[in-house]
Amino acid sequence: MTLLKRGPSRRRVLQTGLAGIIATGVAPAIFTRGAWAQEFCNNPTGDTVTFGLNLPLTGAYAEEGADEQKAYELAVQHLNGEGDGGLLPMLKPSALKGNGILGKKVAFVTSDSQTKADVARAGATRMIERDGAIMVTGGSSSAEAIAVQGLCQEMGVIFMAGLTHSNDTTGKDKRRYGFRHFFNAYQSGVGLAPVLAQEYGTDRRAYHLTADYTWGWTQEESIKNATEALGWQTVQAVRTPLGAADFSQYLTPILNSGADVLILNHYGTDMVNSLTQAVQFGMRDRQANGKDFQIVTPLISELMAKGAGESVKGIFGTSNWHWNLQDAGTQAFTKSFGAKYGSPPSQAAHTAYVQALLYADAVERAGTFYPPAVIAALEGFEFDGMGNGPTLYRAEDHQCIKNVLVVQGNESPTSEFDVLNIVQEIPREDVAYDPAMFGGDLGPAEPVPMCA
Amino acid sequence: MIDVIFLQFLNGLDKGAAYALIALGLTLVFGTLGVVNFAHGALFMLGAFCAVLFRQFLTLETVTVDPSQLSPWGTPLEVRAPLVQAWFGDWGAVLVNYSVPASIIITIPIMLLIGIALERGIIKHFYKRPHAEQILVTFGLAIVAQELIKAFFGPNPIPQPMPTDLRGAADIGAWLGMPANVITYPIWRLIYFLFSAVIIGGVFAFLQFTTFGMVVRAGMADRETVGLLGINIDRRFTIMFGLAAVVAGLAGVMYTPLLPPNYHIGMDFLVLSFVVVVVGGMGSLPGAVAAGFLLGILQSFASMTQVKALIPGIDQIIIYLVAVVILLVLPRGLFGRRGVMEA
Repeated sequence: MTLLKRGPSRRRVLQTGLAGIIATGVAPAIFTRGAWAQEFCNNPTGDTVTFGLNLPLTGAYAEEGADEQKAYELAVQHLNGEGDGGLLPMLKPSALKGNGILGKKVAFVTSDSQTKADVARAGATRMIERDGAIMVTGGSSSAEAIAVQGLCQEMGVIFMAGLTHSNDTTGKDKRRYGFRHFFNAYQSGVGLAPVLAQEYGTDRRAYHLTADYTWGWTQEESIKNATEALGWQTVQAVRTPLGAADFSQYLTPILNSGADVLILNHYGTDMVNSLTQAVQFGMRDRQANGKDFQIVTPLISELMAKGAGESVKGIFGTSNWHWNLQDAGTQAFTKSFGAKYGSPPSQAAHTAYVQALLYADAVERAGTFYPPAVIAALEGFEFDGMGNGPTLYRAEDHQCIKNVLVVQGNESPTSEFDVLNIVQEIPREDVAYDPAMFGGDLGPAEPVPMCA
Repeated sequence: MIDVIFLQFLNGLDKGAAYALIALGLTLVFGTLGVVNFAHGALFMLGAFCAVLFRQFLTLETVTVDPSQLSPWGTPLEVRAPLVQAWFGDWGAVLVNYSVPASIIITIPIMLLIGIALERGIIKHFYKRPHAEQILVTFGLAIVAQELIKAFFGPNPIPQPMPTDLRGAADIGAWLGMPANVITYPIWRLIYFLFSAVIIGGVFAFLQFTTFGMVVRAGMADRETVGLLGINIDRRFTIMFGLAAVVAGLAGVMYTPLLPPNYHIGMDFLVLSFVVVVVGGMGSLPGAVAAGFLLGILQSFASMTQVKALIPGIDQIIIYLVAVVILLVLPRGLFGRRGVMEA
């Protein structure tokens, strides 16, 4: 009896241990490989799927943020088969069915990023960890976009960037999990330069005021390169803090600096303030070097043009898209958005809406929410019908290559929305560039990091 | 080079005028009531929103739907007609055009009432309490005011156009006999500077040349003795709080065409104006004005490219740098008196 009480034999222990190792370690890799592959951050198991909308609802870019939110709400409605469908029938090719995504109803959560990169990152973290966002989208500042894109790469969640125009977003800071539909500063420079040469000549002296963060820096560089290639000189490039509000102390030195063009690398409220104040300083009534003094706003939207009012008339800039384009996609979107909100959509709203649709379509085509499969579906995707003509989601840097608009402040608007005129539509071949030009490394899609 | 320096100096005066005007109200409250009023920035903001409210009232519209015209998205066009012009014709249009200066008329009584209500309702209970508690309660008030404005007017800035006749720049160089277009400066900024000068002068004259002012000054020097003489000094100090609120409010109203106001505009100025008051010397009215102009001018010159080339980023820190240096050399600030906040 005492022998029986001594416990399991050595052989028994070894047998059990071996069986345990096989059962817990090896077998799942053999028998449930597919299930492993589907284990990823916020894999939707219920009958809804949640988008995380990260929007600047306060701060210098608050107006664009509010317009983006409207567009996302519209996109979610259309994806779920409600409303007039908007651009859903326009996307070519399309796998969208109008019954949610993979049969799951689309829901969304929102976070105010306050036009600050750290707040945007914290908001995205919260939406991923607490609210179970399958995809994060939005943002109206490149600093936000780059911060959130880095976070999404770490957490294995796809980021569909909203309005971000810095070369770095799909350049040195590009990420495998980040995608940008909006154009960039380099494309603005290439598109705008010929128009500037034609309107203002090739002998000009430019003075830059630049928002002091990633977007401002790359736009200043791109516009400098493009204008200097025309023969223009750069007198001075001065950095101003984001949200500076009163730009007067930066404007006074321009008056007698020998410059005859002021280039405002500002956006949102900053641009509205700096442009309005520059006009108050009489810059558009001045003569310098025997020429009329000019102001250029390389990136401009209808929201800013509306805010700047009289000051924007006749001023040149570039836009990603404009509601006044005549293609069927643009008209469908403008009709849908205008009917719901009583105003035409801005370029921020447009890019936000299109990004939501493109993500949904990629999931449908992939047949799964598994991020690497969705990434593969988006990379190299060639589509049309979204208002920018034929568009390619480049695989190498996740940048959309499509037409770019040169616009000008409308001298005689017929309504409060009729503030910008399209001067030229630059074909996408002319604004394409080598994806390696701005450096960076996308990083891996797999193994998929787990967020929690 | 002279023209560049002159322009930068003008810009400094213009910036300094705003700083001085806000700091004046702040130090007026501190000098009379001994309260460190963190709600002063909120009073500036409320003043600015008096202008917004007045303009919204003036630009009320009637909306009629015209089925014969279509909007770009295919719905019948909404035709909006301004109400004030319909009632008052050309005179209404002039009033809308001059809405910002005209809103001063409503700002003065509104701010006076807000100031007196604040003092009687809340702040008077904190006179005998430590400064830290005064700061907490006034800061709390500022947050409440901000959130109220945010709830009613939204988070975005609301542009306030300046009168069309006062847009653009004045050729100051030509007035001084220089060639045309050498020194030009926005007309509204010159008006703001003159307006500030008038208000500052008015406050000083009020304190210096009226019996009321004399009593207040006596009360600032020795509150108890003035009270013992049978003068109701508390009531006068309440009125002074109201006056400080009016000064802050007017500074806000006239600033709106330069910077579209949002709920946060007061906080942006509050920190700066505290630095101004500390540099000028706590409780010293001439100190607040002098320091306001000094810091405005220094900030303007620090933004010159030549200066920034020497010390990068100096335009961002100059105000705080000067504050540190002055407080190291003169711990009571430029015009500070012995015994203020030193107990």
